[in-house]
Amino acid sequence: MQPVATTFFFYLLSGAAILGGVLVITRKNPVHSALALIMTLLAQAGLYLMLYAPFVAGVQIILYAGGIMVLFLFVIMLVNIEKVQKQEQFNKQWLVGIVAAAALGVLFVLVYMKGESLFPKHVVRLAEESNTQEIAVLLYGQYMFAFEIASLLLLVAIIGAVVMAKKRI
Amino acid sequence: MLSVGTFVLISIIKIVIALIVLLTAVAYTVWLERKVVGHIQNRWGPTRVGPFGLLQPLADGVKFIFKEDLTSPHVYRPLYIAAPMISLIFALTSIAVIPVGNWVTVGGIHTPLQITDVNMGLLIVLGITSMGVYGVALAGWSSNSKYSLLGGLRASAQMVSYEVSLGLSLIGVLIMAGSFSLRDIVDAQGGAYWHVIPRWNIFQGQIFAFFIYLTAAFAETNRIPFDLPEAETELVAGYHTEYSAMKFAMFFMAEYANMITVACLASLLFLGGWHGPLFGPAWLQAILPLFWFALRIFGFLFVYIWVRGTLPRFRYDQLMAFGWKVLLPLAIANLMITGLIVALKS
Repeated sequence: MQPVATTFFFYLLSGAAILGGVLVITRKNPVHSALALIMTLLAQAGLYLMLYAPFVAGVQIILYAGGIMVLFLFVIMLVNIEKVQKQEQFNKQWLVGIVAAAALGVLFVLVYMKGESLFPKHVVRLAEESNTQEIAVLLYGQYMFAFEIASLLLLVAIIGAVVMAKKRI
Repeated sequence: MLSVGTFVLISIIKIVIALIVLLTAVAYTVWLERKVVGHIQNRWGPTRVGPFGLLQPLADGVKFIFKEDLTSPHVYRPLYIAAPMISLIFALTSIAVIPVGNWVTVGGIHTPLQITDVNMGLLIVLGITSMGVYGVALAGWSSNSKYSLLGGLRASAQMVSYEVSLGLSLIGVLIMAGSFSLRDIVDAQGGAYWHVIPRWNIFQGQIFAFFIYLTAAFAETNRIPFDLPEAETELVAGYHTEYSAMKFAMFFMAEYANMITVACLASLLFLGGWHGPLFGPAWLQAILPLFWFALRIFGFLFVYIWVRGTLPRFRYDQLMAFGWKVLLPLAIANLMITGLIVALKS
């Protein structure tokens, strides 16, 4: 079956992702922010699916939306919400903020102007059945070194967390 | 190739049938549980409503609907109302990718016995079940009561911890089948060695993975001996302390729907899905796979109930230590050995 209403779904998911992103920084209640972030992550997973990357979409849901965000929520639930809501939400560092926003804006404009040459015109459509296999071959073949470095970094982070949490080992 | 209209129509029909069957199964699992646990404890269980108490689920349903729906004034309302819905929605969604049988042809339309046949079936089920924890966590938080909060915290910690072992225990099966598609995994388990021992994954060296999966699944569905999130003796009722009537029923249904999903997955991944001896006339051969599959699910549900009637509850530190220090290393060892054997064979 040919995909139907792709434009509609693209705008729906992008809109949800952006709305979620805006809500994350504007909500005062951290639980609401976390929920908005979950919405963004789920919308992103949908966008990955539309790009014919089902494995990435699945991992995005399992790891980010279903794993990491649960831990975020876990920590937030232990926080005293009433106290947090009275605190100041934004830093008043206007100068840095404006510079950063301007730089980002210029970047966006540049990408919009030269986007034609930067991005491929068509998404390469891998066969759905072999998508995961392709990723595995690339990850354990061509990008083996990068993959191992990433896993080493994570290992260091784990050991660091254990050492910090536990006074006597 | 089907047109979009036919596709949508067939999907809706399949969704309706699947949901009706699933919800009936949920209701009668509750009945089965009360009956079996009753007999284990030398009681009769429900006997009053209908023969053998068979209409008890109906009576329970009516009772849940007509009970007073209390909402304490101190709860955080939007999330308090959304939490049971989140739980139930995610519990019911995962049935969408679970195949119950082979392809069938009805009225010239060739369609799988499954709501949607996706190649990422297993990943989707894992993703959806991992999202289900939000219902419990948010219920605990939005109830604004200490018992609920503790229950929600326990549930989220427990589910995140055991999800790791659960996922890793399945990877051995994935390596052997070489696919994420639940249908392919089942198809790879057809046939038998010397016409006697079926080629189910559990007989192909995945027996440790099977028990790791089963244990982790008990923890994922918050069942005894891992029902710490709702431990009555310490937390009243845990995350659903503040819930009543239909909202409570939604949590209840979500728990049993999750049990059925887990039983389906275990049958598909380890016990050969719907494979079984086929005999008799054509109509019987068409129905038998469904029957074998349902029989396996029934077996799992019975084990669930049996364990509930037998084992006491873990202590919380024991639960965490068991999950991280016993189950996870076992799962990783199983994964490495399976990988090694498959690599040496090929």
